Amino acid sequence: MSLLDVRDLGVVFNRRGERPFTAVDKVSFSVEPGQTVGLVGESGCGKSVTSLAIMGLLPKRGNTVSGEVLFEGTDLLKLRANDMRDRRGREIGMIFQDPLSSLNPVLPIGLQVAEVLERHQGRDRKQALREARDLLDSVGIPDPDRRLSEYPHQISGGMRQRALIAIALACKPRLLIADEPTTALDVTIQAQILTLLKELVDSSGTALIMITHDLGVVAGLCDTVNVLYGGKIVETAARHELFARPRHPYTHGLLSSVPRLDSLRGERLHAIRGSVSDNIPWTEGCAFAPRCDRVVDSCLDGAPALEPTAVGGRLRCNNPVLEEVAA
Amino acid sequence: MLRVIVRRLLQLVVTLIALTALIFIWLRNLPGGPVDALLGERATPERRELLTKALGYDQPILVQYGKFMQRMLTGDFGNSIRTGDSVVEVLGRSFPATVELALAAMIIAVGLGIPLGYLAARHRGRTLDNLTVGGTLLGISIPIFFLGYLLKDVFTQNIHWFPPSGRISTGLDNTNVTGFFVLDGLLTREFDASADALWHLILPAVTLATIPLAVIVRITRASVLDVLNEDFIRTAEAKGLRHRTIRGRHVLRNALLPVVTTIGLQTGALLAGAVLTEKVYNWGGLGTLITDSITGSRDYPVLQALILVAALVFIVVNLLVDLSYAVIDPRVRVR
Amino acid sequence: MSEQGGNVSEPNTQDTGTSGMSGRGVTALAERKKARLDELARASAEPGGVSMFRDIVRRLSRNPVAVTGAVIVGLFVLVAIFAPLIAPHDPNQRFDQLLDGLTADTIPGSQDGFVLGSDPLGRDFASRLVYGARQTLLVGVLATLIGLAFGVVIGAIAGAFGGWVDVVLMRLTDVMLALPGLLLAITLVALASRSSQWTVIFAVSIVSVPIFARLLRGAMLAQRESDHVLAARALGVKERAIVLRHMLPNSLTPVIAQATLTFAVAILEAAALSFLGLGDPDINRAEWGLMLGVDGQRYFEIRPELAYFPALAIIIVALGFTLLGEAMREAIDPKNRR
Repeated sequence: MSLLDVRDLGVVFNRRGERPFTAVDKVSFSVEPGQTVGLVGESGCGKSVTSLAIMGLLPKRGNTVSGEVLFEGTDLLKLRANDMRDRRGREIGMIFQDPLSSLNPVLPIGLQVAEVLERHQGRDRKQALREARDLLDSVGIPDPDRRLSEYPHQISGGMRQRALIAIALACKPRLLIADEPTTALDVTIQAQILTLLKELVDSSGTALIMITHDLGVVAGLCDTVNVLYGGKIVETAARHELFARPRHPYTHGLLSSVPRLDSLRGERLHAIRGSVSDNIPWTEGCAFAPRCDRVVDSCLDGAPALEPTAVGGRLRCNNPVLEEVAA
Repeated sequence: MLRVIVRRLLQLVVTLIALTALIFIWLRNLPGGPVDALLGERATPERRELLTKALGYDQPILVQYGKFMQRMLTGDFGNSIRTGDSVVEVLGRSFPATVELALAAMIIAVGLGIPLGYLAARHRGRTLDNLTVGGTLLGISIPIFFLGYLLKDVFTQNIHWFPPSGRISTGLDNTNVTGFFVLDGLLTREFDASADALWHLILPAVTLATIPLAVIVRITRASVLDVLNEDFIRTAEAKGLRHRTIRGRHVLRNALLPVVTTIGLQTGALLAGAVLTEKVYNWGGLGTLITDSITGSRDYPVLQALILVAALVFIVVNLLVDLSYAVIDPRVRVR
Repeated sequence: MSEQGGNVSEPNTQDTGTSGMSGRGVTALAERKKARLDELARASAEPGGVSMFRDIVRRLSRNPVAVTGAVIVGLFVLVAIFAPLIAPHDPNQRFDQLLDGLTADTIPGSQDGFVLGSDPLGRDFASRLVYGARQTLLVGVLATLIGLAFGVVIGAIAGAFGGWVDVVLMRLTDVMLALPGLLLAITLVALASRSSQWTVIFAVSIVSVPIFARLLRGAMLAQRESDHVLAARALGVKERAIVLRHMLPNSLTPVIAQATLTFAVAILEAAALSFLGLGDPDINRAEWGLMLGVDGQRYFEIRPELAYFPALAIIIVALGFTLLGEAMREAIDPKNRR
């Protein structure tokens, strides 16, 4: 049994006075124990909403969630609020994008770590703080004893994200969801945090869902990658496959648009034409069609189906790219 | 932090001195001169001369000011023109009355306001919220003295739930210790006096509390709404913390910061409201004193003292609020 | 006693309640008020001038709260202007029919020809109410305008000159902001040797001067740094033209919003002053605050309507202005427009 099995997850936002907006459109993927899975896409493609839906963190009103999210066999979407609350933090952890705003500004760091332990593992304050100190140490925060009583605004961005990682992993969850954890950080710190994450999940056997728009992040970290566009998965592949042979024109475009050191001088940067808002609804055809160089007639005849590929991945395209990308 | 306190105290002293200087100048420029102003209608040539000599108004300006300051510092504010009692005595009687009223009103405003504001925020857009917001708008649009009369009419004349005026029923034996009648009763074990005073206190306190209540509800609501949108609340939820932990430690601890400043601000507003409320209920506190000292002929000795006391109270409250901010918000503390 | 005028009114839901912390120099109390005003002022730094105004009007017309407020305000102004046509009788005329019914403890109520009955002096209560709209409007408008005029000038000077002029002026306004409105008004009345309607108007207007000053100064400052002013300067437009043609018009929108709120406060405080006996000494004038504060309280036991009707009128009008002003503030806030 997979650790996490997302089946036909759908999220529709229906705010008063506005048209209903389908943020996540029948997304399915699975995560095995210890595996690292990537969810890649541009802003607005639905990757964050997917993770929030899995965690049950979407606002109570204003949206409709459909499908199943099976965590070790239990459908999280059908759980009562309190039962889900019990699992969050203990069995599934999550870290978010902006470390400064993700921490409570008026509480000391130590307490923010300790409270997870108090809540889920029944520790008392003293014990919890001691463990918190060790946790801060394990994520590479120097002088952890002092940090316990310091406040978020007193430490650096990188340290804050480390602290948040410590918090998420405190109860040794089986799954960690990381939503753009390095986007708000400096480039050098980014690398550090990613290395840290990799070490931690490898050593503890925690599965990781890495959500990002940055292919570079994916390349170093994920075993399997799901590419999202317009709320649907358009391609799933193992890491090497994806980077060597991207099949979906969108994935191909993303990879080609990364500037390379070995490209010829004067060579134009390749960009995917149009923008994310130049979509058509999946009901009318492939959402990417308006921007696609390989569009054919069948692309405008309803959404292409997500088919399995020969190498064990999935592809949603009527006219995929067949050449190899230069390594 | 100590430096802040010291600096503020210095500011306090400087402001008070500046204020006394202003008062001094004001007095000297009143029609008829300061001596006449202080004597009011009981001025006779002999009295005038006596007072002039005593207060030193026949001496050069600086000496006058010096004596003026000296009097201030020794607590000699002269006598009320209206009643003839020493100003200190008059103030001593009124001050606790108003403080008791203001305290009661503040307790109501905060005790009801914060929970109500929080609930309105939690149930945003639904009936409770809409009613609450509507209520607060109404609360700040009603003239408070009218409300006082209305409540008085309904609750004391039509349904005799509360006594119509005063702080305590006549004929009741009550020993005056601190001037806070409710407290005094408890201290001297005259519980019936305490209860009676409390009974008298309720209606005026509710009237006075109306505007602070409305304000506190609005600020709390807005603040809680802001905080609920913050990322760290999402983190707290992701941690799987219990609802009440999130509410207390994460939401309220952050949301209450601006509410604290508001409470401080409302203290000033309470004094203004007290002026009106006390008149409606014949309360006999500072508010009544202010009105009495201005209508008709001005009671300058009392006014002088009132201004200084008011200034003192404001500055002290200001200081306390700033300090509390430093205590509550670690971002302010650590520079 | 109310602390309105933008100080206490509901902040936007996106209004940062946590802004205005650490009392730098001035105390945290005034800091709150100032922060709110500064935010409103910053809104005017958006370029767009006239089109922004149109946009705001459109947003307001879709907001039922704003529309209600506007309707109330509109009706009020109409009644005030057309009072002579609406009122059944002359407000100052004493009618025998009513005088006959006056005794030591009765004041005649509703009867033929006199819809609301008599006032304590035998005049038609209903007519006095209608004409009261006029006086109340006058008091409110004058107080607001005077406060606005002084405040805008002070704020403009502070904003335009900067430097120590700015510092001094702002210190002064800070002190005024820190004191509650009614007390400020009472102090002024106390300082004046005798009361008149103008005393009341001035006393009430003083309360709003620092508010407008701060608002305008903030708007000027925000705009000085805004892009379109920079562009104008880069293009070589003269400083004076910049101030008059770019900065001031844009600063007006938050000022208008504030003015509606100030109006509500003004009539409430005028009523309070009358109640205290510090108001307009001509108690025969038909003005709601006067009617409520003097006759209304004096004859409350025998004829509470003398208080209820003017009070209701004041409450509704104050509410109307407050609703409108609040809605305007929210409409102006750029956070709401993105």
